[in-house]
Amino acid sequence: MRQNVGLPSPAWVTPAAMLLFLLLTQSNAALCQERPYFVTYSQNMEEPGNLEVATKNAIGKPQDGNRFMGANMEFEYGVKAWWTSELYLDGATAAHDSTIFTGFRWENRFRPLAREHWITPVLYVEFENINGADKSLLEVVGHDGAADLSDPHALARQEKKREIELKLILGSNFKGWNASENLIFEKNLDNSPWEFGYAVGVSRPLKLAASAKKCSFCAQRFAAGVEMYGGLGDRYTPGLHDTSHYLGPTINWSAPSGLTLSFSPQFGLNDHSVARIYRFGVSYEISRVFGRMGLHGRGNGKVDGKER
Amino acid sequence: MKRRVPIVMFLIFSAGVLAAAVSADWLTQVPPRDRQKNNPYHDQPLAIQAGRLLFEEHCAECHGENAQGKKKRPSLRTPRIQTEANEGELHWFLINGNIRHGMPSWSKLPDQQIWQLVSYLKSLKAEN
Repeated sequence: MRQNVGLPSPAWVTPAAMLLFLLLTQSNAALCQERPYFVTYSQNMEEPGNLEVATKNAIGKPQDGNRFMGANMEFEYGVKAWWTSELYLDGATAAHDSTIFTGFRWENRFRPLAREHWITPVLYVEFENINGADKSLLEVVGHDGAADLSDPHALARQEKKREIELKLILGSNFKGWNASENLIFEKNLDNSPWEFGYAVGVSRPLKLAASAKKCSFCAQRFAAGVEMYGGLGDRYTPGLHDTSHYLGPTINWSAPSGLTLSFSPQFGLNDHSVARIYRFGVSYEISRVFGRMGLHGRGNGKVDGKER
Repeated sequence: MKRRVPIVMFLIFSAGVLAAAVSADWLTQVPPRDRQKNNPYHDQPLAIQAGRLLFEEHCAECHGENAQGKKKRPSLRTPRIQTEANEGELHWFLINGNIRHGMPSWSKLPDQQIWQLVSYLKSLKAEN
């Protein structure tokens, strides 16, 4: 029997939907020019004052479990040019099982260095309060594997995951290519050991120079690349033993309206991984969202005390 | 313990001076190698047109549709941008931004698009 437990309450869904509608209709869109990664973070931050509303979804089928879809809503805001804050609301649905709200994540990314370097670092701190039924696969750490995705929701959601996650994000640009590497350190606050993971991605726009004509489907609006990620064990059993890893091509398209569509088929590289995961994402960027409401004025019109 | 107070004060003061130095006039911070870079699209009409479209998509929201500045965001038609800064310096500034002062880094744009933006910005001088 299909259950519907733990869905978000209509009491806050309606105001949230109204707010989202207002934002989308009252604000100008901005071109996202996103990297096409789903798990890997690049060194690029959200522009200050911009809000990106996005959804990222992962569809897969573990060998011994039901087909599932992990989904999330993502609200990414550029607090400062060096600080990006992001809220995720996660949910999961599985065939012959239920659709449930699995929790939230709040992440912050900081750029410690003022300038771009050969390798530009970004520091990432996240608190997540999710349950074991979460299937968004926003990172793979420790000994995470296909078996974790097979449990029935009623059982899996009993497991509480209040976790701190730290990432060292390294990114480089070279001749139009972006290479990003993430080292992931995650700890369940329930006295569990630190778990480790990684994610790497390489991507490039299909065309580097912009067209002199307005266009929606020209090559410059597409970016393609490859992404790989997986677990690296935990504090007591570090390494690749009993870990899962995924690799796949990824592509996105950024429309002039501020909409970005992304897609990536990803393939499990060993028996601990789900054989195939199909990821797709939709994002919409709203420029200077609070500035438009008169709530957020920044800058003094000068840089370094002089006109720019 | 008392001996440490001046040391801590000195360190704080030094950090302040260093921070001030780092955030000083960006034009003086451009490395010579970047300053001497040549714009491969210098004065090319197609690049200027492409740069204008890029400007509309990425920059106009803050700097105004015609780069005249908007609310508290600065104009890009000033002598500082049009005359004092050369194309290499503008290219460096767009890549690095001035993230402590609200100007983001545009390193996510390919180099070619940054140069097209520079071409457009410099073309505003003629309009002025």
